Amino acid sequence: MAETVVFARPQALAPVPTHYCPGCTHGVIHRLVAEVVDELGLAHRTVGIAPVGCSVLAYNYFSTDFQEAAHGRAPAVATGVKRARPDLIVFAYQGDGDLASIGMAEIVHCANRGEKITVVFVNNAIYGMTGGQMAPTTLPGQVTTTCPLGRDVSQVGYPIRVAELLATLRTPAFVARAAVHTPLHAVTAKEMLRRAFRYQAEGTCFSLVEVLSTCPTNWGMPPVEATEWVEKNMVPYYPLGVFKTPDGLDRAPRPAPATEG
Amino acid sequence: MAKKLMKGCEAIGEAAIKAGCKLFFGYPITPQNEIPEYMAHRLPQVGGTFVQAESEVAASNMIYGAAGSGERVFTSSSSPGISLMQEGISYIAGSELPVVIVNIMRAGPGLGGILPSQSDYFQATKGGGHGDYRLLVLAPWSVQEAADLMQDAFDLADYYRNPVMVLGDGLIGQMMEPVEFKAERTPCKPLPPKAWVATGCSGDRPTNIINSLFLDPEVLERHNQKLKAKYDLMVRDEVRCASYGTDRPYEVLVVAYGTVARVCSTALDDLREDGVGAALFRPITLFPFPYAELRAAAENARAVLVVELSTGQMIEDVRLALEGSRPIHFLGRQGGMLISPEAVSERVSAISAGLPEEVRHG
Ligand SMILES: Cc1ncc(C[n+]2csc(CCOP(=O)(O)OP(=O)(O)O)c2C)c(N)n1
Ligand code: SF4
Ligand SMILES: [Mg+2]
Repeated sequence: MAETVVFARPQALAPVPTHYCPGCTHGVIHRLVAEVVDELGLAHRTVGIAPVGCSVLAYNYFSTDFQEAAHGRAPAVATGVKRARPDLIVFAYQGDGDLASIGMAEIVHCANRGEKITVVFVNNAIYGMTGGQMAPTTLPGQVTTTCPLGRDVSQVGYPIRVAELLATLRTPAFVARAAVHTPLHAVTAKEMLRRAFRYQAEGTCFSLVEVLSTCPTNWGMPPVEATEWVEKNMVPYYPLGVFKTPDGLDRAPRPAPATEG
Repeated sequence: MAKKLMKGCEAIGEAAIKAGCKLFFGYPITPQNEIPEYMAHRLPQVGGTFVQAESEVAASNMIYGAAGSGERVFTSSSSPGISLMQEGISYIAGSELPVVIVNIMRAGPGLGGILPSQSDYFQATKGGGHGDYRLLVLAPWSVQEAADLMQDAFDLADYYRNPVMVLGDGLIGQMMEPVEFKAERTPCKPLPPKAWVATGCSGDRPTNIINSLFLDPEVLERHNQKLKAKYDLMVRDEVRCASYGTDRPYEVLVVAYGTVARVCSTALDDLREDGVGAALFRPITLFPFPYAELRAAAENARAVLVVELSTGQMIEDVRLALEGSRPIHFLGRQGGMLISPEAVSERVSAISAGLPEEVRHG
């Protein structure tokens, strides 16, 4: 009887275990990216740019070529690769500290130039790798090691909504936010990633998918609770959906939830 | 005050508070996260302000701004972050502002690793950023000394209106030792009034401008020479060093700084038991470097051994000090690997038994 493979490791994902903590969704996001790259038949001409953060070793986890960038500079490195070789598919994989703090200038200008690259932006509301410090995306009142009394918005401002912020730029782009804390959300996230990579492959525009992710270790909770925390605390502040498409049909951002002060 | 067991990073943070520093700007990086975390928790208790900057580039420019107001301020980081701070540091030196910068070095280059290293010696002592400037660089070898030097750093910075760097490694940052803070501390330098601060002018004095731009080359040259005169004063007055075992005859003089010197001092004890004559010379200020003191100590030795957690950086200053008068050997580990007392003893014994000097290029 012929065997039917119903589930296999994507070709674009290297056959190695990752170092991610139990319940961390970095690994799920890697897998979705790899599946999309495979399904679009892009792996052979894809170059990934790894960030500085928990996903610094992403270059070991994909079986595509990679460059490792300095902290926050992945969009600049990606720009260099893409401008040198426009035929390549270039994606930057970045955390929220990497992209929205130290690398805010690089991402804004990369998006504004309309670099035809794809950014996978993993928002876990914290600095995972360095042990749980406040990120620009840390929620109001959320406790971290550098805001031990909870994020005080009167002192450090509100968490930055990156997708919404980049969607304000005039340059055409595809900007969306997704999540992966339930299988259904992951299916939608994959769809967003597929659109992002397709826009790049067609030479249309810059694309960025923000993906809400867990950090059970530094949030100080077990994995299941962490997925609930995403649903309960992150999704209300970071609405899911498409914020900008290159044909100019920008989605009107949802009204801000009342709890935000 | 009673002794308290503290981690190096915490002792550095507490020392800053004891020195009256109420401002910290920094960005997380391993292996010094305990400093910003300590300041985030401690500064609000003393009415101070902690700001997590969006990057080290920003942090270095935030301390530039804060220092211009005359308040005591510091930042801390580790090697890759210190590289990003070079912009701010150069402007701070050019504008003659007092700040304290802590570098808990990790192995490089690039992202490198997170384990202890001494590979930023050149960057710390020979400039780092652009332009003709110097940092006063202090290198502690214990948690107590880190706390003491950290407090002195603020006085030295104020006195010279110059950035002062406390240069440690991952070991100093992470190890725990008893620390004592004096209840009453006298500043190590007289503290001149800060008449230069840009804090608003009501017309009773000319406006104060914090600046490093001098488009007229003659004016800039005069400024460069003024800075040089200041560095010359540091060379004359601020050299600090220590030596161990120089009161008995010795054949080999070991030169090391920071925690590596601690390892070497353990080796000296072992060597003495084995009847090998060796002494240790430890620069505490790396700029100004104790050239004359080292030359004097080496006069009693047949050969010198430099031990560093790098491929050899301080050794260049040792060569300048000795001007070819003694053979100079080198023992180094890199990448976050440490040097054991046994490795030091072994090398010293070999040198004492006649190991020829290795020809080194560069
Ligand atoms: C110039 C520089 N500054 C600081 C660091 C230390 N560092 C490593 S990862 C990181 C934060 C990563 O957080 P994030 O981007 O949110 O990724 P996560 O680990 O949460 O996935 C920092 C500050 C560094 N490597 N380089
Ligand atoms: S520290 Fe957080 S982000 Fe990093 S691997 Fe662990 S769970 Fe994931
Ligand atoms: Mg993060």
